[in-house]
Amino acid sequence: MEKFTTLQALVVPLDRPNVDTDAIIPKQFLKSIRRSGFGPNLFDEWRYLDHGEPDQDNSGRPLNPDFALNQARYQGARILLGRENFGCGSSREHAVWALEDFGFRVVIAPSFADIFFNNCFKNGVLPIVLDAAKVDALFKAVEATQGYELKIDLVAQTVTTPAGNSWDFEVDAFRKHCLLEGLDDIGLTLQHAEAIRAYEARRRAEAPWLFN
Amino acid sequence: MAGKTLYDKLWDAHVVQTDAGGTSLLYIDRHLVHEVTSPQAFEGLRMAGRKPWRTSSVLAVPDHNVPTTARAAGITDPVSRVQIETLDQNCAEYGITEFKMNDLRQGIVHVIGPEQGATLPGMTVVCGDSHTSTHGAFGALAFGIGTSEVEHVLATQCLIQKKSKNMLVRVDGKLRPGVTAKDIVLAIIGKMGTAGGTGYTLEFAGEAIRSLSMEGRMSICNMAIEAGARAGVIGVDETTVEYVQGRPYAPTGDNWDLAVASWFDLHSDDDAQFDKTLILNAADLVPQVTWGTSPEMVVGVDGRVPDPAAEADKSKANGMQRALDYMDLKPGTAISDIHVDKVFIGSCTNSRIEDLRAAASAIRGGKVAANIKQALVVPGSGLVKQQAEQEGLDKVFVAAGFEWREPGCSMCLAMNADRLEPGERCASTSNRNFEGRQGQGGRTHLVSPAMAAAAAIAGHFVDVREFG
Repeated sequence: MEKFTTLQALVVPLDRPNVDTDAIIPKQFLKSIRRSGFGPNLFDEWRYLDHGEPDQDNSGRPLNPDFALNQARYQGARILLGRENFGCGSSREHAVWALEDFGFRVVIAPSFADIFFNNCFKNGVLPIVLDAAKVDALFKAVEATQGYELKIDLVAQTVTTPAGNSWDFEVDAFRKHCLLEGLDDIGLTLQHAEAIRAYEARRRAEAPWLFN
Repeated sequence: MAGKTLYDKLWDAHVVQTDAGGTSLLYIDRHLVHEVTSPQAFEGLRMAGRKPWRTSSVLAVPDHNVPTTARAAGITDPVSRVQIETLDQNCAEYGITEFKMNDLRQGIVHVIGPEQGATLPGMTVVCGDSHTSTHGAFGALAFGIGTSEVEHVLATQCLIQKKSKNMLVRVDGKLRPGVTAKDIVLAIIGKMGTAGGTGYTLEFAGEAIRSLSMEGRMSICNMAIEAGARAGVIGVDETTVEYVQGRPYAPTGDNWDLAVASWFDLHSDDDAQFDKTLILNAADLVPQVTWGTSPEMVVGVDGRVPDPAAEADKSKANGMQRALDYMDLKPGTAISDIHVDKVFIGSCTNSRIEDLRAAASAIRGGKVAANIKQALVVPGSGLVKQQAEQEGLDKVFVAAGFEWREPGCSMCLAMNADRLEPGERCASTSNRNFEGRQGQGGRTHLVSPAMAAAAAIAGHFVDVREFG
């Protein structure tokens, strides 16, 4: 996993609540057995005016000019600004793979769905919860200001605006550690293999039917 | 000290260790695997030179991509075929039990787990699928995980977790005739909102929940995720134990007696504390129909499409308007005036035998209406299909003009050939009415099996309590 420490990048707004993972990456692209290559189909039904299929050349497809990701002023954005309950619905990690493959390293929203939130951390993407009033202010600022960038500092846990306002955000200590170091958490868990075996032995004695 | 909730008990029994920051290693008893969210996990395992920790905990089945017709001919879509062959290869390589596409026991992963007794009370159950919450109906802690976590469980038999909060959803009293588990859960989501359960494990309790069959309880827990909760649980009672007994993976002999004795403690203590409580009265509930593009956008069948102009919250009003535009509906339209093009009876929410019985009985000798382009019945598993055929339900469906298909996820998410075309409107027993969920541009209305069958016959939504 790629490390995350700080990022200063352009912000793109996606102004709708309850953005679900079906919208982030539609089902036909889940047939892939790979972990990469989902970026061109991120938000496929909103981004393009035609119907997309896997393994198709996306370069000639008609773009929806109203969709923020297609607008010239937001090209190169690496921070996605969203509304409440971002990433709801299906557990598909392909949603995070698509965001990451497109170039996003940070998603800011007032709230996230649990499974999506968790999947972000497994892929070096930082989901940041800010209260609704701050997110609202960011939407206004991003729309009013061409080239609006935010500075994200994971070590200090701050989001800093171009005007120099700095807001703190919460992040779980273990997840922060893994992101900062780019750690493989399976390797970390396997350091506790003895404890897992001890648990299994005890449990097998208590409830042998669980091990049939 | 306050007593424990069912979730507290399940959690405590599975914690291997907890660090100073409150992050725990949680042991996983049952790992269900399907073809869509597992290939990258197996690949990761292989690349790291790791092996599955306990293969006997894993049960695999292809369900999302499988065709529901002409299976003997194999899978014509080459991309789907590769994904299913990859599951077959991974299971063969690691010695994992798999019910392959043409196995009688194949079906939707959340139907076959309970059907086989692979889902047991007191277990932790995970799967790379958000509807894993279904298995909570058995007094199990069951939740969906992403592919990285699928790999983590394969490699370590554990997950790194923080405990959620407890929320009680109590449904008091008795349901009126024609009102089902699906209507209860849609009404709950309508009250809570799709993020109301985020960060919580929901416990469904109360007289109306207790009186449901296991099939009904599974429909309820299945949609806990649609209220934002990763897991929903229901305490164990005689209904649970009766369902489990005699199933292929269920304990037998002395182990059965030991297991049952331990299972009867799987309920919340009388003095357990919940962080949040929602109480509904079953007698107030009517059959539910969603009108929008989120499961929380739901009204009674006797209601009307709401008006965004009447919504004070501007952001919410915008969302409603966007949903109405997508659904091509006008505010104030009576639900019973909404005509549909297709009907889908199936999915991990509503494809079990009781669901098919309810749908068949709502047909009452009628024929699928002339305006319905397609009415599909997709049983949840090969065994559900077999039982339905033994009961003659397939004949009832086919005589009425429904198509009787092979088991799989089918038009719930339209990964296979079963889908809505742009603009088509569907009465569906599935769980998500998101934009494009059943096919790009498709319009989904979530309903119970009886309501879907009645809509197929009438050509539009009707109140099953008055139909026939």
